[in-house]
Amino acid sequence: MQRYIVMRVGQSIVALIILSMIIFALGRFTGDPIILLLPQEATIETELALRAHYGLDQPWPIQYWKFVSNAVQFDFGDSIKSKRPVMDLIGPKVMNSLRLGLAGMVITLIIGIPLGVLAAVKRDTFFDGGAKLIAIMGQSLPQFWVGIMLIQLFTVQLDLLPAAGTGGISHYVMPAFTLGWWVAAAVMRLLRSSMLDALDGEYIKMARIKGLPEYKIVWKHTFKNALIPVLTFAGTYLATFITGAILVETVFAWPGLGRLVYDSIIWRDFPVLQTLVLMIAVVVITVNLAVDIAYAYIDPRIRYD
Amino acid sequence: MATTITTLARRPALRERGRQAVETLRRAPLIPMAIIVIVVFTATFAPLLTPHSTTQPSLADRLTPPVWQEGGTWEHPLGTDALGRDLATRLMYGGRVSMMVAIFTLAIGGGIGTAIGLVSGYFGGRIDAVFMRSADSTLAFPIILFAILLVVAVGPNITNVVVAIALVLWARYARVIRGEVLALRERDFIARARVSGCSHLRIILLHLFPNTVNTLLVLLTLQVGWVIIVEASLSFLGAGIPPPTPAWGSMVSDGREYVDTAWWVSAIPGIAIMLTVVAFNLFGDWLRDTLDPKLRQV
Repeated sequence: MQRYIVMRVGQSIVALIILSMIIFALGRFTGDPIILLLPQEATIETELALRAHYGLDQPWPIQYWKFVSNAVQFDFGDSIKSKRPVMDLIGPKVMNSLRLGLAGMVITLIIGIPLGVLAAVKRDTFFDGGAKLIAIMGQSLPQFWVGIMLIQLFTVQLDLLPAAGTGGISHYVMPAFTLGWWVAAAVMRLLRSSMLDALDGEYIKMARIKGLPEYKIVWKHTFKNALIPVLTFAGTYLATFITGAILVETVFAWPGLGRLVYDSIIWRDFPVLQTLVLMIAVVVITVNLAVDIAYAYIDPRIRYD
Repeated sequence: MATTITTLARRPALRERGRQAVETLRRAPLIPMAIIVIVVFTATFAPLLTPHSTTQPSLADRLTPPVWQEGGTWEHPLGTDALGRDLATRLMYGGRVSMMVAIFTLAIGGGIGTAIGLVSGYFGGRIDAVFMRSADSTLAFPIILFAILLVVAVGPNITNVVVAIALVLWARYARVIRGEVLALRERDFIARARVSGCSHLRIILLHLFPNTVNTLLVLLTLQVGWVIIVEASLSFLGAGIPPPTPAWGSMVSDGREYVDTAWWVSAIPGIAIMLTVVAFNLFGDWLRDTLDPKLRQV
């Protein structure tokens, strides 16, 4: 067990190092940020001075080393667009994104879990069909488009909900729903099939023979076991959530990290983009690590080699 | 005489097989198939089907509503965008972009992924461990972010979008095909091939690969929709196909500013994305149930 954990942590660190190298290498391909910064009439001296200021005149390995050692100290340089330190831009937005993410997750759980269980228990009925429809829609509707259509309906036509920005509860409704629905569809599909597998189990037959009430069979005996395969995908869901947050925050002008990703694409602001990608990678890798370790504890059938 | 006997004996079997084929076709998802045919047809023959240009602005016609709304004309059946460009025309050409991206990404990503899956499953051991760890890391990473980083770094154009999506796509093929190979590897015919002196390459290409084709076909069909959505999302964010080339994602984005005055500008391309993706997903589901019913979670 300890060997497994050590190995898994080691793998995560290797993954992070490789990723940081890729990000750094890509940064050098980005096109020259200096060209964007320079006024048209700038002389070659100003250009060189600016290059030296951003450390862009050094050889690559030195630049990479500087990049890593600065990153460890949370110094990611200055944004090319706003000339302020990247961390100053990111800091105030973290909470906004976390709040939206949390709201999205609540929606996912509220929609995904009951529907997944219902679809399995009432297999091949109206509920199953409805759940299937929601799952297909969740897979097929582009999230950004759903957001725009919700604005069209609830802001433009019905004038019920605000279209953009943060504020009270009403600001959360549309973004959280748009964000949560996609993952809800995935959770539901997976939960349905693992519930069906679990319902086939011998121990369920045993529970039925014992004469346990149906709700106990479903929630206590089946649901608990069916949840394990769903939890395995927690890492994948997180990835889907982050992808979704970029699109949803862009559509609803939500002042979070996703919107910052969009702004940095538009402005070709590579220092900001690379910091965001690196931060998100650290979160994703840590969560996956935690899931794997937790999983090894929960399910003793996992092999540790 | 002998021939008549064989034909007579074979006839019922043939008829039976014919009946089965008809039965399979009858259960085929006709509406999704029709949508796929329409999208592919209009995308292929777009220049012959429309008199309008995709990029030439025509300010006199700007924000013309679709034909069924007041003020709409048959000149622009689905209306025009803020620059007066015909939406139906841009939709057809946008379909071209989507189809092209889908075909090339699936060919490259699916090809690489399948090759890795075959090698990984067949040889096992350390190669397998390295490939599968990389596949898992790729799958757990937010896909769009990776593609954005690549596209922003090397510049947005159709080639880079294809490369970016393919670099993410291979992982799922590698995983699924490897799983198939692990089961196939233990079968007798592989052992016999090895005993009779086949090289590794021969076993992989002629004995393992043909047995994974069904799975591969199903996976490819099911992922067309996914590729279309990723490409549309990238274009929507400005990290995909650069304007003025029409792409469904950027068309939706173009309409955002006019959501209160001209709903059709972003609604219509979104509907196109939705219908195409649903069609490919349903078709893929049917293909899976027909070719490879044991495959459930791909």
